[in-house]
Amino acid sequence: MIETPTLWFVIACLGLGSFALRFVFLGMIGDRPLPPWVLRHLRYTAVAVLPGLVAPMVAWPAATGGQPDAPRLAAALITIGVGLATRNVLAAIGSGAAGLYFGLYLAG
Amino acid sequence: MPTETVKSVYWKGVRDAAPFVLVVVPFALLFGVVATEAGLNVVEALGFSVVVIAGAAQFTALQLLVDDAPTLIAIVSALAVNLRMAMYSASLTPHLGAAPLWQRALVAYFTVDQSYACSVFAFEANPHWTLRHKLAYFFGCVSPICPFWYLATLVGALAGSAMPDWLALDFAVPITFLALTAPMLRTPAHMAAALVSVVTALALSFLPYSLGLLVAGLAGMMTGAGTEVLLERRGIRT
Repeated sequence: MIETPTLWFVIACLGLGSFALRFVFLGMIGDRPLPPWVLRHLRYTAVAVLPGLVAPMVAWPAATGGQPDAPRLAAALITIGVGLATRNVLAAIGSGAAGLYFGLYLAG
Repeated sequence: MPTETVKSVYWKGVRDAAPFVLVVVPFALLFGVVATEAGLNVVEALGFSVVVIAGAAQFTALQLLVDDAPTLIAIVSALAVNLRMAMYSASLTPHLGAAPLWQRALVAYFTVDQSYACSVFAFEANPHWTLRHKLAYFFGCVSPICPFWYLATLVGALAGSAMPDWLALDFAVPITFLALTAPMLRTPAHMAAALVSVVTALALSFLPYSLGLLVAGLAGMMTGAGTEVLLERRGIRT
């Protein structure tokens, strides 16, 4: 059982800490110009963080106890393939979801 | 594009982010359910989602509290899971840094994976947008996502029963993020960054508290920037 004061202490600390992480650059730097080499790195933030975030979820899904799973792997590849080919986010989501359910159906 | 008003850009943000409701709702429902099972009441579960507004960090903290980990460990671990938000903050700065402080504070509070990914994708695709357009788009993305985060937490906490397994909702997060990322891979530099990120994240997945992701993100950013410089030297525009 979690004690109520402890819980709210954790919530408050996490709230403040998460806000600080989100505010640190946006709030502190503002519109001061950033050096070109920093901007060059920042251009790749999204493509460097999001794939790394999902890669372990694809390779070792929690739902299968961390065992690699053919339908989930196929769904991920379909999503990437359709996303690359069409440049359309919704088409990629739709194809990936369809692939996942079809794969899970085949796998029984 | 002279027809793009601030209002139309806001609604474009709403439309573009709307599919993420399908991701956010099950995730928040699940948090509400798990929180209730851990002994939190409805106000506490909702408070968690409103104050912290970060799914993975909330799950981490809750799990550690349930496991009787020391309070400090629970806080530090959950914040480590959220470290990527600092990278998002840096990435949004060139676009939104000129906004007034109170607006930047609002943007910071609402910076989550989905609002960030959606906005950066649109900012890169529409370099002609002004600051007001970009802010309108960002808050457009937030509008369908964050209210549902609160609402679904509340519903999950009230309902308190698990989602059926066959929905395979665990995979909603990977599919939507892959779908967002793939169209961003426009140049060899972007592809190299993504590839290095995946390989590093998998290789370092044994590290606790998502620290592997932090290294993977930095390695990916350095790869992208390095490849860009290399291609420019060879006279290939990226």
